[in-house]
Amino acid sequence: MVELSREAKIEMLRRMLRIRIFDEVASELQAKGEIPGPLHTSIGQEAEVVGACMALSRQDYMTGNHRSHGHPIGKGAPLGPLMAELLGKETGVCKGRGGSMHLADFAIGSLGESGIVGAGMPIATGAALSAKLRGTDQVALTFFGDGASNTGPFHESLNLAAIWKLPVIFLCENNGYAVVTRASDMVAVENIADRATAYAIPGEVVDGQNVLSVHEATSRAVKRAQSGAGPTLLDVRTYRYRDHAEFGKMGDSVASYRSKEEVEAARKRDPIDMFAKILIEGEVLDEDGVASVRAQVISEVDEAVDFARASAFPDVSTAFDFLFVDAVAPRH
Amino acid sequence: MSSILSDEVHQDSSNSTVKQTFLEATVATIVEEMRADPTVFTMGQDIRGGVYGAYPLAEFGERVRSLPISEAANVGAAIGSAMTGMRPVLDMTIATFLYSAMDQIVNQAAKSRFLFGGQARLPLVIRCTMFYGSSQAAHHNDRAYAMFMHVPGLKIVVPSSPVNAKGLMRAAIRSNDPVLVFEDSTLWGTRGDVPVDPDFIIPLGEAEIRQQGSDVTVIGIGQSLRTVDQAIKLLGKDGISIEVIDPRSLCPFDWKTVLASVDKTRRVVVVDNGPMTCGVAGEILATVAEHFHGRLLAPPKRVTAPDMHLAFSPQLEKALLPSREAVAEAIKSTFEYRGKEI
Repeated sequence: MVELSREAKIEMLRRMLRIRIFDEVASELQAKGEIPGPLHTSIGQEAEVVGACMALSRQDYMTGNHRSHGHPIGKGAPLGPLMAELLGKETGVCKGRGGSMHLADFAIGSLGESGIVGAGMPIATGAALSAKLRGTDQVALTFFGDGASNTGPFHESLNLAAIWKLPVIFLCENNGYAVVTRASDMVAVENIADRATAYAIPGEVVDGQNVLSVHEATSRAVKRAQSGAGPTLLDVRTYRYRDHAEFGKMGDSVASYRSKEEVEAARKRDPIDMFAKILIEGEVLDEDGVASVRAQVISEVDEAVDFARASAFPDVSTAFDFLFVDAVAPRH
Repeated sequence: MSSILSDEVHQDSSNSTVKQTFLEATVATIVEEMRADPTVFTMGQDIRGGVYGAYPLAEFGERVRSLPISEAANVGAAIGSAMTGMRPVLDMTIATFLYSAMDQIVNQAAKSRFLFGGQARLPLVIRCTMFYGSSQAAHHNDRAYAMFMHVPGLKIVVPSSPVNAKGLMRAAIRSNDPVLVFEDSTLWGTRGDVPVDPDFIIPLGEAEIRQQGSDVTVIGIGQSLRTVDQAIKLLGKDGISIEVIDPRSLCPFDWKTVLASVDKTRRVVVVDNGPMTCGVAGEILATVAEHFHGRLLAPPKRVTAPDMHLAFSPQLEKALLPSREAVAEAIKSTFEYRGKEI
C-alpha cells in the first residue's frame, strides 16, 4: 500500500476537478465556436488520469493520445497555456500549432499527445530507453485507448520494452469504445491486460474509476520499472460520459452505439463523487472542504479562459516557425 | 585503432586521408561521433552481428543495439530518445523498410517540433540503403528519397562517394533535426580518399561542383553521378564543356549553386535513378523553369527511371535505369538544340 499524505489526496481531488471543469468549459467554448476544430473530453475518466500521473514525478516522461487535455492537467501543467492552445492562441502551450489533440508541456515531462492512435507508445518506449542509457531513475508512462491495443505499435512497443526491460508503464485507458465501436467487438481477448502474457510482462486489470486503485497499481509499475524489472501493462477500466468528440455529428448523442441506461449506470460510479466521499469519510476534508476545492478550481479555469481570450492569435508572419532547430527556411 | 579501421585501410604519407569504402567511411564516422559524444548511440536490425559494418562492441556496450523486426517501434524509440537528450543513429537497413514505419517518420519525427510549438528537439539520424542493381527485386530496390522530400520537417541526404558519405553522416549526426541518409548500395564498395580529421564535415545544403563547365549543367543524384561520369567519357571528343553538380543534400537543397550554374550555361540535364513523376529531377527542372523562363537555350531535360518497378531479372532491372548512352544523348541533344522545328 502506498501511503498518501493528506495534501496528496487533496491534490488528487483538485486535479480531477481541474480535468472535469476544464473539459466542461472547453466543450461549451467549442459549441460556441471559440475553440476551433474537434474536442475530445476526458469527462468520466479523471480518476485513471490523475491516479496514474500522481504516481509519477515531474521529471518522468509521459505521452498520450487525441483525448489529450486530461494528461498534462493530471501531470500538473498550468491551465492557462493549455486553454490558450485550445483557442489557437500564441500563448498556447504549443503556440497554437497543435491544438486540442496535440498538447505537450515538456517542462512537466509531457512529450506530447498524438492524433494518431497508438503512435505515442513507441515514443514513450524511446524516452524510457534514453533514461536507461543516461542512467537516471526516470520512467515513461504512455496513455492509450482500447482501440490502440489493436495497432502494430502497441505490440512492437511491448515487445521492445520487454526484451530491454525498459522503465515504461503502458496504461490502457479502456473506456470500452473506439469512437462508436465496442471494444468487445474489436479486441480478441476479454481483458487487454491478457496481452501482456505474450510479452512476458505483468498485465493487470484496474478499476479506473477509483483514483486510489489506479495510483496503487501505477505506483507498483513505477517501482518495478525503477528496479530494472521492465514494463507493465495496466488495463484500466473507465468510461467516457460524452461522445468520442465534439465535432459536428460526432458530438451528437442520438448516436445509438450505447444506451442511455448504460451511461446512467456508469455515472453512478462517478470518479470524483466517489473520491470526495472517500475523503469525507476518511475525515481528510468535510463537505465544505470539497466545495472549497471545487470553487478554487472553477476560478482557476475561469482565469485560464480569461488568459486565453485575452491572448493574441499567432501572427501570420510566424507561420514558418518551428519546422527545424537548425535554421532552414521552408520553400514557399 | 578500432576494429572499424580494418587492415584494408591505408593511411597515406601526409596522414591526412585514408582510403576507405563508402560503407567503411559511413560506419567509421558513426564510431567517431560515438566516441566524441556520449549521447550518440546506434541501433539497427542485426547491427551487433556486423552485417552492414562492424562496430567495436566491447567499447560501446549498450550503445550499439540490435533491434527486433519492429520498424514502427524502432523509429518511435529513436524519436523518444532524441526528444529526451540522446542522439540516436538508427540503421533501418533497407530503404523500403521505412514504409513499415511511415507514421512514425512522417507524423511523429517530421511534425513533433512543429506541433508542439518548438518544444521538441529531434537530433535523429535514420540510415537506410537503396538495394537496387543487384537483383533484390521490388521489395528492396526502391530509390525512395523523393517521397520523403514531400514531407516538411525531414532533412535528406544522398551521398555519392566515400568522402561525401563521411562528411554528410557527420553533419547528420550533429544536426539537431531528423535527417534521413539514403545510402546507395551500388556505391557501398567504392573506395576513395577520406579525410581523417575527426571534425571533417560537409554542411547540409551545400552542393558540390564536381566539374566546372560552361555549356551544359548536369545534375546527378547518388549513383547516377557515376553514370554521368561515364557519359562524359563517351562524349569525350565532342568538345562540350559540362558542369557537373552533386546536390548532396535534397533537403535543405542548395538552389543557389544550381541556379548560378544554369545562369551560366542556360542548359540543364538532371539525372536520377528514381522514378520520374514527382521526383527530384522534376522538382529541379520546375525551379529552373521558374527562374529561367525564356532564357534557356534548350528545353530542360531529365533522364530518370520510368514510373515502373525494377524487376528481379538482371537485364530487366538494368534496362530501366538511366544508361550512360541515354545520359550522353541527353547532354548532346541539349547542347546541340537549335530551336524547335515546326
